[in-house]
Amino acid sequence: MSEVSPVISESRTRELLRSALRSRSFVAGAILTAIILLSALTSLVWTPYDFAAQDIPNKLQGFSAEHWFGTDQYGRDVFSMILVGARTSIIVALLAVGLGIGLGVPLGLLAAAVRGTLLDEVVMRGNDLVFAFPALLIAILITAVFGPSAINAMIAIGIFNIPVFARLSRAAALSLWTREFVLAARVAGKGTARISVEHILPNIANTLIVQGTIQFSLGILAEAALAYVGLGAQPPIPSWGKMLADSQTLVSLAPHLAIIPGLAIVLTVLGLNLMGDGLRDIFDPRTRRSRQ
Amino acid sequence: MTSFLFGRIVSMAISLLVASIIIFAILEILPGDPAQFMLGVNAQPDTLQALRTQLGLDQPVILRYFSWMAGMLHGDFGISYTYRSPVTELVLQRVAVSAPLALYALTLTILVAFPAGIIAAARRNSATDLTVMGATQIGVAVPNFWFAIILMWVFAVTLHWFSAGGFAGWNKGFFEGIKSLTLPAIALALPQASILARVMRSSLLDTLGEDYIRTARAKGLSQNKTLWRHAVRNALIPVLTIVGLQFSFLLAGAIIIENVFYLPGLGRLIFQGITQRDLITVKSVVMLLVFAVIFVNFLVEVAYVLIDPRLRHQR
Amino acid sequence: MSLLAIKNLTLGIGRTPILRDIDLEVDEGEILGIIGESGSGKSMTALSILRLLPHAAELGGSIRFEDMEIVGRSEAEMCSLRGNEIGMIFQEPMTALNPVKTIGDQVAETVMIHSGKSRAEARVIARETLNRVGLPEEQFPLGRYPHELSGGQRQRVVIAMAIALRPRLLIADEPTTALDVTTQAQILDLLKKLVNEDGMALIFITHDLAVVADLADRIAIMQQGEVVEQGETLSVFETMHHPYTKALFSASQHVPERKVHGVDLDRSHAVVRVNGMVRDYRLPRKSLFAAPGQFRAVNNVSFTIRRGENVGLVGESGCGKSTLTRALLALERMQGGHVEVDGVVLAEDAANSRDIRRKMQVVFQDPYGSFNPRHKVERLVAEPFHLLDDAPQGADRRHAIEAALEEVGLLASDAHKFIHEFSGGQRQRIAIARALIIKPSLIILDEAVSALDVSIRAQILDLLTDLSDRLGISFLFISHDLSVVRSITDRVMVMQRGEIIEEGETESVFANPQHPYTQKLVAASPSVEHVLAARRQRQAT
Repeated sequence: MSEVSPVISESRTRELLRSALRSRSFVAGAILTAIILLSALTSLVWTPYDFAAQDIPNKLQGFSAEHWFGTDQYGRDVFSMILVGARTSIIVALLAVGLGIGLGVPLGLLAAAVRGTLLDEVVMRGNDLVFAFPALLIAILITAVFGPSAINAMIAIGIFNIPVFARLSRAAALSLWTREFVLAARVAGKGTARISVEHILPNIANTLIVQGTIQFSLGILAEAALAYVGLGAQPPIPSWGKMLADSQTLVSLAPHLAIIPGLAIVLTVLGLNLMGDGLRDIFDPRTRRSRQ
Repeated sequence: MTSFLFGRIVSMAISLLVASIIIFAILEILPGDPAQFMLGVNAQPDTLQALRTQLGLDQPVILRYFSWMAGMLHGDFGISYTYRSPVTELVLQRVAVSAPLALYALTLTILVAFPAGIIAAARRNSATDLTVMGATQIGVAVPNFWFAIILMWVFAVTLHWFSAGGFAGWNKGFFEGIKSLTLPAIALALPQASILARVMRSSLLDTLGEDYIRTARAKGLSQNKTLWRHAVRNALIPVLTIVGLQFSFLLAGAIIIENVFYLPGLGRLIFQGITQRDLITVKSVVMLLVFAVIFVNFLVEVAYVLIDPRLRHQR
Repeated sequence: MSLLAIKNLTLGIGRTPILRDIDLEVDEGEILGIIGESGSGKSMTALSILRLLPHAAELGGSIRFEDMEIVGRSEAEMCSLRGNEIGMIFQEPMTALNPVKTIGDQVAETVMIHSGKSRAEARVIARETLNRVGLPEEQFPLGRYPHELSGGQRQRVVIAMAIALRPRLLIADEPTTALDVTTQAQILDLLKKLVNEDGMALIFITHDLAVVADLADRIAIMQQGEVVEQGETLSVFETMHHPYTKALFSASQHVPERKVHGVDLDRSHAVVRVNGMVRDYRLPRKSLFAAPGQFRAVNNVSFTIRRGENVGLVGESGCGKSTLTRALLALERMQGGHVEVDGVVLAEDAANSRDIRRKMQVVFQDPYGSFNPRHKVERLVAEPFHLLDDAPQGADRRHAIEAALEEVGLLASDAHKFIHEFSGGQRQRIAIARALIIKPSLIILDEAVSALDVSIRAQILDLLTDLSDRLGISFLFISHDLSVVRSITDRVMVMQRGEIIEEGETESVFANPQHPYTQKLVAASPSVEHVLAARRQRQAT
């Protein structure tokens, strides 16, 4: 009987904040993510060196006071490239998630609102179909046909985020449509669209935020993979995936060229995943209660 | 059950049909003039014309689509433009590498993930659980191609345990073949195993909270036996869904991993096809991979029904 | 010496005390009823005996089963006790069975765990046990899966699992709460029969006084983790030493007093007219080419409700009463019939359903699911204003909200709180305020007090009676609980398989049911007083 409602209200913000700070994975993830975000922002105004400036005499140097992360085969400063690469990764992944949420959530809400009809069926079958494609393969195809660029990589990754959010928001919305407060709104004469926006969307927001974090991290991985095969951001804009591709033949000479960008990807994805897990625990009282 | 199978087969056929239209549209309609796309802007007019004829570009789009489909149904995938040999032949050679690699990776994934996930769930919040969860959290974050580079650097370049890429070929014996697939399979499997172990754990924990677990305990089953006899099978349903999805990740991941290790598989064939703009090869191989993914998803749905008796009657 | 003796039992989970100084005893062949409201610790007491407690639980005191001490026994020893010497059955039969194993395997498992018998031998015993609990082989072969059985049949399987090895003690935790009344009566009979045949002891946990009054030899009443009173059933009900026992007894017997009997129902006009309502559902297609089947959930139902009248609609789950509600509220489309509320005819198009909804509102069962948790009470209560073209604004709106809240016994200042700050009973008051705010002619109460404890339920029933007396609102009171309907309604309709099979003045229908199904329903849900009287009579002869 004393079950806490799974959704939150403004007056519980304080309580949420407290449980956020208690969640170790959230704190660790948030710190990692903040560091990466700060790096990306810093690169907008300052990098130790011009990321594109070649300095052949000083190529393939190890870690030093001048070049914290060493230099690559053209003598470019790896630290500067990592900073700018963070920016590329984050922008591509963020826009891809935005595309997924922007199109997927309305589709999912629509399908849930007209549940059981032909329209619902068409939307869901469409989603299944997108899932049937190996995502990375199609992303490669799209960027191959339209030409490699960061924008095309973003679109290719974003397309596969649409069904993720459509399915998730439909499933979450479906269970809300049977809840009595939604029935009450219908009895109060409110229409489908209005109920979707006023009652459904706010109550699935938490789920969407958690999934958004996870898709963001998957987007970072996908961007790196596309860039690795040369279909992401084009030179001279540095990206972590491209740096790894360049490092491959030099791995025995200069292992740091392979290790540094890889670690950057791992830490970013790790940070986002930890934050997503933490958020899930914070939002979902089921897991919270079982931890007590 | 038969009507269920029939229904699934029909929906699989529809998926394949739509998929083929999408692939055809991306590769044959979106580029405008595929021949121009394949040969680039500096192409000789007569080679361009010859390719147009080979592609059948003088025919209407609908006809081209149907002749492509008809060809594939007969096992005729066209003639590769770069290799000048039938795509079917190329595919058969390459499948001998890609299929064992995918199977090897999937086996590794399951062999690692199931025990890890089950142990972590059984000893929830113990040191073992925390270790498994920590390790998988990192495993999920590792890009497989980076892991591949690191594996190659450590085990091939530095320790010389494996060759630094390439495929020994099955004619040198099973062991040599498997050996040259081992590093790629590990690189593919690690991130997927991490994901699967986490899914297994959380699915088991959900199942362990069900009422029938308490009923089983009230019968006198110990916690361990309850886990094995009552929880694992019920927990498998969401896990299977993920295994099905992972197959598609493994296939796509293989495109990149085959490139890292210079393995002559389907992925490398596609990738070379893309860089050399050989749309004929790319189109058919992509269709083949999509077919494989859709077929595996079909198998997963059949497996659901075998696991869960409720579905046998519902459908 | 008794079979089970609990002495000074304490239980804490983390730092929260759950049970304090519990003393209980059960003898062989005896039925002990444990009664309490939610949170009284009755289920935790049961789980303590089997030591199936949550991980953080700490047990103190003593539980002796024959001459064994249970507190502090090893887990392996507990395993050999559970299912063998002590069986247990639970509240939710729908989820208590493993969905992927056959019922035969699940019953046989109990046997195999403890007796070391082969699977074939165990299945023979499983067969015999299933026969004993009323699941004969012809309809219920061992290869059946749980999803092929109804709730009552599943509960029989759970009972079979618990008694397959003829344990000395059976613990039943609210085993009939999730079941319909007629099924409940059958399960209770089965348990009585098994206790008689095997001579085992039974601990029966419930919130329902009438059930224990009939079944138990001795009862214990629990409140907030303590046993406040226990003793031989009749004498406990006679003396009622503890004030809580009295409160519980009177709450479950509670009949709200109608102050105004002056409303002359015959002369006042009909608020609701339903004529020949039909509601069909499409069944899922059996195969791709077969035409989808149809299920008629509401079949040609007609009734009227007059102003100020409280009408009850009773029936068991699946009888069509919820479907009828949804069709009446224009949440689902009817396939036939005519509905008119206060002069407005329910039409096909949505624009018109606004007009008819202005005339009626609804209160749902679940006090926790009925409100969007992100909104404040003022916004929740004011939601039906959406139906009005000239909804009050500003100060008028505020006054209307405050008036509605005060009408249901809450404070005007509650408008600024969030819903999670209220208890279940208070939330149900807010739901009633929301229904009242546009002054409808009819309020539908869809199992509106079913989720509440008896003491809270009594208060809400008083409130409803008061409202109908003062405001002349009609209520359609939908419930599976006959005692509630009996206490509050003027007229009652009994529904079975989509049809209204009997209707009339509440008292006369209950006192003298005509239709066989109504007779069965009434017989299956007696009042406590009735049961006690029958028992005293039995004892006297």
